[in-house]
Amino acid sequence: MTTKPELLITAGTLEEVKAYLEAGATAITVGESKYGMRLPGQMTLEHIQAALPMVHEHGAKLYAAVNHIFHNDALPGLQQYLAELERVGIDGITYGDPSVLMTSRIAAPSLKLHWNAEMTSTNYATATYWQKRGASRIVLARELNMDQVIEIKKQLPDMEVEVQVHGMTNIYHSKRHLIQHYLRHIGKEEDTEHVGLERKLFLIEKERQDEKFPVYEDEYGAYIMSSDDVCILEDLKLLLDAKLDSFKIESLLKPRVYNEAVLRAYRRAIDEYAKDPEGYAFKPEWMDEIRTLQDPERELSFGFFYKEQMY
Amino acid sequence: MTTKVKHKYNGKRNRLDKPELLAPAGNLEKLKFAIHYGADAVYIGGQKYGLRSNADNFSFEEMREGVEFAKKYGAKVFVATNIYAHNEDLEGIEEYLLNLQDAGISAIIAADPIIIETAQRVAPKLEVHISTQQSISNWQTVQFWKDEGAPRVVLARETSIDEIAEIKEHVDIEIEAFIHGAACSSYSGRCTLSNHFTDRDSNRGGCCQSCRWKYDLFEDARDDLDEWISQTEAEGEPVLEQFRVGITQLPLFQEGQNEFSMSAKDQCLLEHLPDLIDAGIDSFKVEGRMRSIHYVATVINVYRQAIDAYMEDPDNYELNPEWIEEINKAANRPVNTGFFYEEPDHEDHIYEPEQKSTPYDFAGLVMDYDESTRMATIQQRNHFKPGTEVEFFGPNGTFFKQKVDAIWDTEGQVLDAARHPLQLVRIKVDQPVHYFDMMRKKNR
Repeated sequence: MTTKPELLITAGTLEEVKAYLEAGATAITVGESKYGMRLPGQMTLEHIQAALPMVHEHGAKLYAAVNHIFHNDALPGLQQYLAELERVGIDGITYGDPSVLMTSRIAAPSLKLHWNAEMTSTNYATATYWQKRGASRIVLARELNMDQVIEIKKQLPDMEVEVQVHGMTNIYHSKRHLIQHYLRHIGKEEDTEHVGLERKLFLIEKERQDEKFPVYEDEYGAYIMSSDDVCILEDLKLLLDAKLDSFKIESLLKPRVYNEAVLRAYRRAIDEYAKDPEGYAFKPEWMDEIRTLQDPERELSFGFFYKEQMY
Repeated sequence: MTTKVKHKYNGKRNRLDKPELLAPAGNLEKLKFAIHYGADAVYIGGQKYGLRSNADNFSFEEMREGVEFAKKYGAKVFVATNIYAHNEDLEGIEEYLLNLQDAGISAIIAADPIIIETAQRVAPKLEVHISTQQSISNWQTVQFWKDEGAPRVVLARETSIDEIAEIKEHVDIEIEAFIHGAACSSYSGRCTLSNHFTDRDSNRGGCCQSCRWKYDLFEDARDDLDEWISQTEAEGEPVLEQFRVGITQLPLFQEGQNEFSMSAKDQCLLEHLPDLIDAGIDSFKVEGRMRSIHYVATVINVYRQAIDAYMEDPDNYELNPEWIEEINKAANRPVNTGFFYEEPDHEDHIYEPEQKSTPYDFAGLVMDYDESTRMATIQQRNHFKPGTEVEFFGPNGTFFKQKVDAIWDTEGQVLDAARHPLQLVRIKVDQPVHYFDMMRKKNR
């Protein structure tokens, strides 16, 4: 036996938490939009308190997303929120804004901190910087390739490293209400109230007609998501061998049944590997259920794992 | 045109006595113009670790020359080392920062904490300014960076003037803010459109400005298909017709309407300068390392005059309408006040096709002036000929218009036009001019 990496997914309701635990998740991230970004649903402190016993019974972890870029007016609430999260016994929080670090030092010193600066968590030395300042985990940028991911874990034996293995990724975040603005511009004022996740809006760039980029808004701004869904299941062994600590599945904008199927597939791979790392081999049929449920208009891709980028 | 001046934050200024005017300098020549036209400091890019991999960028040798030039004016040179490093970028940071320190650079503008920490450790003479790429938007985060030893932060462009004033109340630190030029429409650093569209890493200098491209906005209606069809009352509706023919994505726009775009208008805070000064902003930053000499000189010249006029006599300060006219001669994008006052709305984006050219072009640089003959030696920067209407301008707002009369080359031969880039020609000028004055002409 070997230590199994965490299988992490974001959930938006208590029902989802339960369903995802049953499908094989060993960690769930929840939260509310006031503090956490791009969540599939609102889970208040009350919901968190209700979820915690269930999660812990499964031997799993419950994390809260506190990963907004905060403005002054959010700080008083933030202090109280962190103190409450600590009190109810949350297993960790993700943060990107240093104000969370500052606030937790004062208000919730025992909170476990996962540093997640989204696109900008890109190297091991910077992870160490945040580790020295209290973070126990780095959540890697999605734009890194396999070699970089593996190297980062190699350089960080004492820090947990989380990597997204499946689902869409955020590729643009603005404080501007871009969709509302556009609808107003084209004279569709009446439409501006319906620009959230449930509306299922997407953008098509002129010269890329076969790629659909989901876009939505909440009161904190606009988000554009990737046109493909990362899926590294086929090569999960590389990440397992490298001893990455947490495999994240992005559940956003996906039906629950799809997310459950994805969890089961990765669960199976992780368990098979744990039984016999040497003899482990990916079996194409593990992908069958995912492929059946995969949106035919969204490519299952390797994301940036095998892409060369220039600059 | 408004000349109303707000005095919202009067008396709250602290830190730097007089705000710094910080100019972009894409290359050595632009650096010289920016400083000569009034910048207190310039920021440049080196060969590595900067976010404008398409700009000319400076070698260490050019940096040294730039620093020497700046010294004569009492100005400073900062270097943008504002990428988010990947593993393979780590090696060499120390050496690079040491070289910057040796070249006499005053400060780096950095976003990645490993570059910040490394600079503090190996190159203590370099000040470290925290880049806008860190999207700093609240005072506690500012306090964090102060505790980490940073003397200055560049705030997120999403921060309002009220928030800035509040930050200044909480933390004694220098605040740098972008007041003029283009802005990311996303939170800076939180955009990988370039990575996805063109495999160019935006956070390492590869941004291809995909936010200015055009997009079509649709609604995915696949799940609603059954519902629609079961609604018999919807019979005959165009939407249902679309489903019948197999279209499951509904365009939100109509034929002929402008496409969706994230493109943000440029910022121009000139009219609100007194308010920003009083709110305590220490450094006024102009964006545009990729912009022309004409743009940088014109914009800096105007802000220099405005800052000086206000600091000289705040109570009687009035915005000079000619300043706005001047800026408009070099600009080609519509402007707004960013997030300083109201959050941007639907009028703060650019959906229309963009103007490529600017109203005026840089036509020639004054190299010399002979007072006795009133002849100026001009280095050609753009085509002009006898009869061309030109404007001469220099630092501190010196300005006059005239028509080009005869043109001679340096041998005294009469020319029918100044055609050749960098060619030296002589023309008669109506008023005295000085080395470094610029001659512009209206774009046809």
